[in-house]
Amino acid sequence: MHLLVCGGTGCRASASDSIAESLKEQLHHHNMDHEVQVILTGCFGFCEKGPIVKVLPDNTFYTEVKPEDASDIVAEHLVKGRQVERLLYKAPSGEQVTDSRHMDFYKKQIRIALRNCGFIDPENIDEYIARDGYLALGTVLNEMTPQQVIDQVKESGLRGRGGGGFPAGKKWEFAYKNESDQKYVVCNADEGDPGAFMDRSILEGDPHAVLEAMAICGYATGADQGLIYIRAEYPLAIKRLKIAIEQAREYGLLGQQIFDSHFNFDIQLRYGAGAFVCGEETALIHSMEGERGEPTFKPPYPAQSGYLEKPTNVNNVETYANVPVIINKGPGWFSKIGTQKATGTKVFALAGKVNNVGLIEVPMGTTLREVIFEIGGGIKGGKKFKAVQTGGPSGGCLTEEHLDTPIDFDNLLAVGSMMGSGGMIVMDEDDCMVSVAKFFLEFTVEESCGKCAPCRVGNKRMHELLERITQGKAEKKDLQRLKNMCHVIADTSLCGLGQTAPSPVLSTMENFWDEYVAHVEDQRCPAGSCKELMRYEIIPENCVGCTACARKCPVGAITGERKQVHEIDQDKCIKCGACLDACKFDAVTIK
Amino acid sequence: MGKIKSLEDLKKRKQDLQKKVDLRERADHPEAYVQIKVGMATSGIASGAKEIYDFLVEALEKRNVEAVVTQAGDMGYSYAEPTIEVTKPGEEPVVFGYVTRERADEVIEKYIKRGELVDGILPQNYRTIDDE
Repeated sequence: MHLLVCGGTGCRASASDSIAESLKEQLHHHNMDHEVQVILTGCFGFCEKGPIVKVLPDNTFYTEVKPEDASDIVAEHLVKGRQVERLLYKAPSGEQVTDSRHMDFYKKQIRIALRNCGFIDPENIDEYIARDGYLALGTVLNEMTPQQVIDQVKESGLRGRGGGGFPAGKKWEFAYKNESDQKYVVCNADEGDPGAFMDRSILEGDPHAVLEAMAICGYATGADQGLIYIRAEYPLAIKRLKIAIEQAREYGLLGQQIFDSHFNFDIQLRYGAGAFVCGEETALIHSMEGERGEPTFKPPYPAQSGYLEKPTNVNNVETYANVPVIINKGPGWFSKIGTQKATGTKVFALAGKVNNVGLIEVPMGTTLREVIFEIGGGIKGGKKFKAVQTGGPSGGCLTEEHLDTPIDFDNLLAVGSMMGSGGMIVMDEDDCMVSVAKFFLEFTVEESCGKCAPCRVGNKRMHELLERITQGKAEKKDLQRLKNMCHVIADTSLCGLGQTAPSPVLSTMENFWDEYVAHVEDQRCPAGSCKELMRYEIIPENCVGCTACARKCPVGAITGERKQVHEIDQDKCIKCGACLDACKFDAVTIK
Repeated sequence: MGKIKSLEDLKKRKQDLQKKVDLRERADHPEAYVQIKVGMATSGIASGAKEIYDFLVEALEKRNVEAVVTQAGDMGYSYAEPTIEVTKPGEEPVVFGYVTRERADEVIEKYIKRGELVDGILPQNYRTIDDE
């Protein structure tokens, strides 16, 4: 038998270490220490009800355990075989759950796009085939017409996972209906949001899923050429894609007369240089053609005139990864997951100040609270949650009051952010929201292709304004100017990059207006992160004149006689914080 | 293997391959195969998964443990890389995180050989499409 004690940060803060110790003592007391092992594990993710103790093999799940409960667990459960009822997890319905596998919490994640990620060897096509790989392609080619395939995808309600959320089935239908001697299927693997790695993980973990889906799309739209546009800084994904394409060709799953049908399809790779704007489909197509990666006005849409002016269907990696499952399990199965307007699941790259940084896949409609506090295990170091940024540089920051918003395309737009491709960056009380907005704007300024003035010049000017705010040099009217610029840039830019670039600024101004005002009026950064606005000062009452700080100061800004109160010369101070670290008497503070 | 010519061909091939995979999982002689997957996406490799992979292959061979070590994609536990998933025949898979050479050694000596669990287990908190 095994006792698993949660050793995550949350539970450890609630003394799970001493629970483990007490359990070991009790086991020793009952002479069971050879039969039962106590093990500290990683975070169970269920921090809300921590500390957690799980008993194996019967999967009993004890919550909110205290060190003094150890005797009951050992004496009752292990010696007499009776569960300690008062410690069992109670479902919101009031029902006691005896087996953790029946808990709703562990059903919060469901892996559809990531179904094979971490499960199969991505460099071995046989493992993919053993997991129903290429079955969907075979079924489609043997038993369905292109229109039927499109209908299935439409019926499933699958929407584009790259950011826009356009219904995939409709997109396929447009490409199908535009007649041409040559059509193309393109996979957009130009994942560029800071902190996002959903697409990379799929390509690295399950490349065949994308190849199969592209072939299905080729059959449905009437294309025999597939192209994957992938950034050159994903070398491992490129390597595994190349191996996968080679193997699929060898098995005849790409090439001529696939599955003995009249359908031919082959896939090639196209490398991008890692420009953010090339994730926009028209810019992506220009880049593939060897032109500058600049967006052009739509219409014409790629479905009408795309790659080499032929009808082209462009979908993102994660969108494609869902397609084989929809065909195999049926659109009805898929549309039952998620919400009515947004079916299926979404993969998120959870990053920032959260305990369980990682790759998660949840049904649409899961709330931000569930993602951050339950799956993510809460905020690092027990700090306070401040905001979560969704949708990357095009999205916005959401706060405490939005935590119970069910995640889907429309809900996030309604509260001033967006789904985007699935980056999710969590911020705590130490993060300055003006700096966060500045960071994302810096990204868009660098990534702007420079084609249209609002984005090229406007964002640069906005960035300068933000810079001044964080230095405490801005005036009150600058805030109004900043707001106006946001709206002008959003309204007049040509493509999505410019239109959404002001979003981080707008949403932080909306939700953290006080913080902006504090920077401007009081020259103060409430989070204490803007260097220019920080002042290190010595509290005279605490200072004993030990000279420790004066000796550590690299610029000689601290003066004072031995055993006298010291002083910091603010003009010389470079705000390095060495004095704060050196002081043993808490006499140095940040203001 | 040669080309797959038809849907029937694929289905048959799937069955054969499935048998092979199942054989590993439910072996007739349970001591036969232990299956170890090492999470080797970019994040895993950056945290040293390659070294762990090489260590496992070498150590298992040296100690005469019949095991299959394979690379796999991202398991999602980025905070605990490198991660390995160990499936003993007839048992549920167990995922270990923060794997160092020492912990990998512990996993072989304690978990694989003697069935004792070791620290660093990561609880699985998702369903797969097979559960549905």
